[in-house]
Parts: sequence; structure tokens; C-alpha cells
Amino acid sequence: MTMAISKKLLFYLLLTVSALLVFSPAIIAFLMSFMSSEDILTGRIIPETWTLDNYIKAFERFPLFGYLINSFFVSLIIMIGQLLLSSLAAYAFVFLEFKGRDTLFFIFIATMMIPFEASIIPNFQTIRGLDLLNTYTGLSLPFFAVAFGTFLLRQHFKQIPKELKEASEITGMGDLKFYLTVVLPIAKTSLVTLGVYGFLTSWNMYLWPLLATTDDTVRTVQIGLKQLQSQEQLNEWGVIMAGGLIVVLPTLILLFLGQKKLQKGLTEGAIK
Amino acid sequence: MSKVELWDISKSYDKQANVLNGINLSIEKGEFFVLVGPSGSGKSTLLRMIAGLEEITGGTLKIADQVVNHLPPKDRNLSMVFQNYALYPHLTVEQNILFGLRAKKVNKQEQQERLKKATAMMGLADLLKRKPRELSGGQRQRVALARSVVSEAPLCLMDEPLSNLDAKLRAHMRIEVRRLQKKLGLTMIYVTHDQVEAMTMGDRIMVLNDGKIQQVGDPITLYNEPANLFVASFIGSPKMNLGKAVFVNQMLKVEDFLEIDMGSITPATKIVQTANLTIGIRAEHILPAIDKEATHELEVINVEQLGNETLATFEIGTELWTAKWLGQWSIKVGEVVPVHISKDKLCFFDTDSGRLLKATSPTKETEVIVV
Amino acid sequence: MKEAVMIPEQYKQIDFMKVKKKQKRVRFIKGMLFLLPSILLFSVFLFYPMARTLYLSFFLTDNSGATTVFVGLDNFKNIFTSPIFLKSLQSTFLFVLYTVPGTIIISLFLAVIANEKLTGIGFFRMIFSSTMGISVAAASVFWMFLFHPTMGWLNQFLEALGFEAIGWLTNPEWALLSVSISTIWMNLGFTFLILLGGLQSIDSHLYESAEIDGASYFYKLRRITVPMLSPTLFFVITVSFINAFQTFGQIDMLTRGGPQNETNLLVYSIYQEAFKNYQYGTASAQAVILFFIILLMTLLQFKLGERKVHYQ
Repeated sequence: MTMAISKKLLFYLLLTVSALLVFSPAIIAFLMSFMSSEDILTGRIIPETWTLDNYIKAFERFPLFGYLINSFFVSLIIMIGQLLLSSLAAYAFVFLEFKGRDTLFFIFIATMMIPFEASIIPNFQTIRGLDLLNTYTGLSLPFFAVAFGTFLLRQHFKQIPKELKEASEITGMGDLKFYLTVVLPIAKTSLVTLGVYGFLTSWNMYLWPLLATTDDTVRTVQIGLKQLQSQEQLNEWGVIMAGGLIVVLPTLILLFLGQKKLQKGLTEGAIK
Repeated sequence: MSKVELWDISKSYDKQANVLNGINLSIEKGEFFVLVGPSGSGKSTLLRMIAGLEEITGGTLKIADQVVNHLPPKDRNLSMVFQNYALYPHLTVEQNILFGLRAKKVNKQEQQERLKKATAMMGLADLLKRKPRELSGGQRQRVALARSVVSEAPLCLMDEPLSNLDAKLRAHMRIEVRRLQKKLGLTMIYVTHDQVEAMTMGDRIMVLNDGKIQQVGDPITLYNEPANLFVASFIGSPKMNLGKAVFVNQMLKVEDFLEIDMGSITPATKIVQTANLTIGIRAEHILPAIDKEATHELEVINVEQLGNETLATFEIGTELWTAKWLGQWSIKVGEVVPVHISKDKLCFFDTDSGRLLKATSPTKETEVIVV
Repeated sequence: MKEAVMIPEQYKQIDFMKVKKKQKRVRFIKGMLFLLPSILLFSVFLFYPMARTLYLSFFLTDNSGATTVFVGLDNFKNIFTSPIFLKSLQSTFLFVLYTVPGTIIISLFLAVIANEKLTGIGFFRMIFSSTMGISVAAASVFWMFLFHPTMGWLNQFLEALGFEAIGWLTNPEWALLSVSISTIWMNLGFTFLILLGGLQSIDSHLYESAEIDGASYFYKLRRITVPMLSPTLFFVITVSFINAFQTFGQIDMLTRGGPQNETNLLVYSIYQEAFKNYQYGTASAQAVILFFIILLMTLLQFKLGERKVHYQ
């Protein structure tokens, strides 16, 4: 199907204007992070001189590097935990038949109705009680079990022909082995989708790290950014923006790499 | 030993009506046994029960003289080929074929020997490193067969293995599967909905409908002596021509349309006792009246030219009858052609129970074989 | 002879029941083992805390959160007579009202224009989905500058056009709207991505057959795209609702609930009450309200959604 030139131009115009508008806050931040303070104060758009000073300052004045490492570890741990627990649960819901399975599935659905924010007070007390404040475990453990991940993987596991399971039953392969050597490799793409999504959301987490960290040892980069913003005086916008860009860079790269898969995977999970 | 015996096997889901009922069957060692029936007849369920993939609700299942009702599939010493082949998409052909052996921890050397033998037999030697998606339908089918071959299980179950192939390839694979089974001396239980497959492959056939056995027998018996109306219309292509009939003296009146002179054959008098008769005649038994006298003149309503044979359709009351004539006949729709319908070739059924009362006269059978 | 065979069969029949029962038990245990990790964590970090929250909402607590006095429904009475909490509820609902339709409409627009098959469309899709990769903290920092009273681009822009500068985050009349605008921006990426996926899953034959019938662009949009997209739309609306009620980060970064509690949204209010004022009892009561609001929203969405979405 070919489109008339005029129509094509119209679409490109719409797309370009929208893209500029949507991306402008990020572009501005990007430009500012390379500006000197004078440039910012005089309200320049393009830096007069491009400088890395802001980045150097951000790393010097704050343990930003440590925060990045912390965020990376916490996100990685949550991602692995979610992949493991969700795939195990999804496997049970798709490939195993046992009494009470449907009831349990309903309970999984019900968990979607409980917002984490509404149960944050006892969770804080639990983690504090277990002496897990300021630990990676305390930051990540509450997020291992996610109904969303289970649903997403369940949707994908269901597309695996049940004959594969039956063929493995005939050859005498156990469930754990079938899960590891057949289901996981076949569902690789959906695992990547969930993994990217899990990593993104964990990296961007705000409320829980704010509560569960009281010192710098495991503090994540998001809370670091909050500190940077509240401690820096307002003239140091360049440093703040540099910090902000450092925070978003890993996730933006991840998003751009996995965008297609993410879009496909999440849509399939959304509409069954 | 891998004789399979079924004693009064039944199956029901959630205590509802039985999907399978009173199945008694004994399949001999080395036999190619075909389960055939329309979709929903319960044939796949029965196969899956033998495999151990479905629970048996009632009755006893014995494989090699051992009761196996309670055994999981892996302990029944059998292999199975699925309709969609069940190949693992992430594994190569070689890994797929060896999948079961690895699970069973057969030693490496033995694995390689069996692999070599099976791939040579199936002509897969050059494809070992490919993934299933890089194979054609026929090649995938062969991988599935090879997987079953390497297991060296004496009993092989196949669930519509050829139905995903195109017609030409299917005809070819029929022969291959059959040859393989004979060569390895396998006991084969083969499920299909295609009666041609059943007829061409089976040593014995079981026709299943609505969860009940309709008939068990060798292909020719099923064709010549269908036990009931269902088998009569299911086996054979084109299907057997059927029509409701009544005796009026010596004449058999079919569908209030066709009158067949029954002469003075004595068995006819016995058949008369049943009021509701249905008669059946095979398409090849409605002959063109060339070197035989014409018994009827019928109007042709459709002609199918197949090249080697010609199918002519007639309207007999509310029924459509088809005649199959060897060679090419230049007849046209609307033409009235003289035909010969032999009274010896009629099958008689009880309309109410559907049961066969009298098959075609057996004396003529030898003639068929000679031709 | 036959009977002689049948009798041992009968004995075995009894055995089967035992074997079957055992197999059932094994299957159950296996299933539970696969689900156990999830169930365990759900219990510890979701079900127990929810019950505990309900429990706490009937008590007064000390600074560490231990219960001291049972007060029944007093906490609820207190919050519902507290003008601050009522204000917080009102702000939350307004916030939802601003952000949900705003996010959906803009994302839908972006998804529709990004669904055309044009060269370089991948680049635009990447840009539109980018805000999904930008964390709340970073996004807040970006917007903080845009909202800056003197240096901020928004005010500079207004002044350049000859308008008066606005105290985006400091003026009580504007603060909630400003936070909403930045929130819409943050949510665009995710919503866009899901909607685009939904659009792409619509069978192109539908459009081709409409094309043959000579349907206009907007006719197709209204008669094919939107109805066929309804399950996806339904999903993103639900998710947006729930997200809006759970908003916290941008409040903490941009306004801290001010000015004059205008942006003191529910979760921020809970956070303040529990972790700044150490009033765990009243905070729990608020959390219970949050839980019921979300529960109600989800149920309502399912009920309405069921009726509206089914014609696909």
C-alpha cells in the first residue's frame, strides 16, 4: 500500500513535532549537563563551551559510582528472582495438573489488587525486624514474587505444544528437567522481555529504597539523585542534570535494545 | 512380547457420560493395528490412555501380559509419534532424536550406534545439525519417526502422524511407515480419521464412533461386510450407496424409485421378516450396461472425470448414488444411461438398529481377486 | 478359565485406587513445590502486611510502630474529619482525573501516528517509548528545571510571548496541574508501547477490506482501530488508574505535598503520617482506604470492561 506524498509529509511533520515535544525535557537536560554555570544562568540553549565539569563534580561530591553499583546489583537480583519465581509458578499453572490449582491461580490474580504502597508500613517493620535494612536482600526480597510476571510467562508457556510435555513424559523425563531443558530455552524471548521489564522497574524504584536504606552502603542511584537534588543549591543545575543523565543512561540503553521484544511481550501479556 | 489387551476399557470426564465405553480388544505382537473414526469418536483418547497420558476410568489395560493401568508412560516401554511431531524447536535433529535416550541415560556409544542406524534408515544423515524449523514437513515427520525408532520400544503409538503432510507426501509416507513397522517387527497402534490410510496400512482396523467399537477386522472384511450402516458409509471412497427399501413380492423397491428384481433367491425371504430395510451397493457395482443387460435407466446429475476412472452421480429418491467406472466415459449431465445393478452385490441392513443382515454374496469375491 | 484370570484382576483393581491416590498426592506436592516460593513471598510481603495494616488501623502505636491502645474505628473517624486527609483525597481524585485521560489520549495519538509504515518509524517509536526508561527521580529533576520560576523554560517561553510567569510548583492553583503534566510525561512511554503493540496486532486485512469499500482515514480509525483496540485500551486504563493512585516519587521530589497540601496525594500522605509523624495507626487507616479504592477500581473496571470489551 503506498501513501500519497502529501499524506506522508503530514505524518512526518506530526511525528517530528511530537518527538521533539516528548523528548525535549531529556534533550534540555542533556544540553545542560555539558554547560558551565554561567551558560545556564544566562539561559543559553546550546552550551557555549562543552564541558565535562558537571559530570566530574557529580562523581566527586557524591558516591554516585557506589550508588550505580548498588542499583545494578539490586535490579539484577530482583530480575533474577522474578524470572525464577514467575517461571516456576507459570510452569505449575500450565504444565502440572493438581487439586487446588485453579484456586491458587485465583489467589495470584487477587494479589494484583493489593497495592504495595498500601502494605508498606508492615513491610518496613518486617524488614527492620529481620535486620535487613541497608542490605541488598532487604531491598530486593519483597519484589521477587510478582503476579504480572507469572501471567506473562503463563501466556507464553501456553503456546508451547502440550505434545512436547507428553513426549517427554513418554521418555521418562522429570518435570524439573523438562522445565530446565525444554521450557526455559523455548520461552527464552519471553524471559528476556520479563527480565528487561523487571530490571527497568527495579532500577527506577523509588519509595522502597527510600525507606529501606538509611545510609550509603546499599543506597540506590534514584535516592542518590534525590540527595543530589536536595543538597545542591539551585545554581548547580548542570551537576544535577549530569547526575540525572547518568541515572537514566543504563535504562535508556536497555530500553532501546529491548524495545521491540518488550512491546511484543507486554502486549501479549496484556491481552490474552 | 508386546501384546496389548484392553478389557472393558471406559473413559469419562468429571463423572459425566462416558466418552469411551466397553472397549474390548486384543492387539497381537507385530501387528499394524489402525484405530479409525470421525473426529470426536474417542480414538485419540483411547490411544492416549494406552500411552498413559490419560487416566483410565474403568477396565484393565495389559501390555505384554502386565497390567499397566497405574504405570506412568515411561514405564510402559512404548514410543509415540504425534500429529504435530512434537519436535523440540530449540534442539537440532540429532539432539531431538537422542532426546529420549539421554533422558534414559543410555550410554554414549550405544546412543551413537542407534542414531547412525536410525538416520541411515530414514535418510536423515545430512540433516543432523539442522533445527526443526529448517526442515520440510516430510523431513520433520522422518525425525519424529527416527526418534521413535531409536527408543527401540517394541510398541509404537501414532496419533494421526501424516495429517499435516500434503497428499502426495502422505501417500509416500504411508509406504515408509508401513515398511518400517514390518522391518523392525513393531507392534503398531495407529490412529487416523482417514479411511484410506486405515485401509492401506492396517493389518486390522477398528472403526470407532461415539466411543463405541463399530467393527474390528481386516480391511477387506470391513469393506465387503460392514457390520453396520456407519461402517458401510465410513469405509470406502466413494462411500457405499444406501437407500431405504421394501420388498414387494419378488421386487425390491428402493426409495420408492428403483425396483430391483430379486428373482427367487431364498435368503431374501428371510430378510423380508424385517420391515425396515436399508440396502447398500458399492459404487463399482453399479455397472455400465455394455456387455451386461441393462436393468435400469438412470439420469446423470453430475459427472467427475478422474482420468483413470469416471464417477457418475444419480438421484435415487432422496439419496444420491455414485457409480464408479473404470476408464474414461463420455457422458453428460442430464443424459439417461443404462446401468446394470446386480442383486448379488447388495448389502442388507436393518434400518432401526443399523446392523448388517446380509452381505454381498461371497461367491463373487474370488472373481474380484482374480481380476 | 476366564474366571481364574478375572479374580487376580479384581485384587489389582483395589491396588489401583491406592496407586492413583498416591499419584495424586505426588502431583499435588510437585505443583506446590513449584508454587511455594511465590506463595511464601506473597504471604510474607503482601497478604500478611495487608492483614497487619488492617489490624494496625484499629490501634494507636508508639514511635517504633508497636501497638499501644485499641481505639476501634477512631483512626478512621479521625482521618475522615481531618481536613488535611480530606484535602489529600480530593487532590488524589483530581490528580487521577487529570493524568489518566491525559496519558491515554496522548499515548493513543502517538501510537496511531507511529503505527504507519514509514521509513525511519523505528526511530520515532524509540523516542516515544523513551520515557519508560526514565526513572521518576530523573524525570522529576528534568521537570523541576522546566518548572523553575526564573530559569525554567516554561516561564521563559511564557515571558517571551508576553505572558506573566507562573509559579508552577509554588502556586497552589497550579501545583497539582504541574505535577500532573510531568506525570503524564513519565507515563507516556509505557502506555504508548502497549497501545502500539495492540495496534500492530490488528489484522491488516480489516483495513484492506475497508480500503476497498472506500472508507476514510477517520472512519477506519473510529470503526476499526478503536473497537479492535478495546481490550488493550481497557488494560492500559486499568493500569493507569492504579498507577495514578500509587503516585509517590514525583511528589517527594517536586513539591513534598505542598504548597498548602495541594499535592499531598494519598501515598505521600501515608508516608508522611507513618515515617515522619510516626502515626502508624492513622497511616494504616489511610492505607486501608487506599486498598479499598484500588480494589473498587479494579472490580469496577473488570465489571465495566467485561461488558464493553467483549465484542471482539
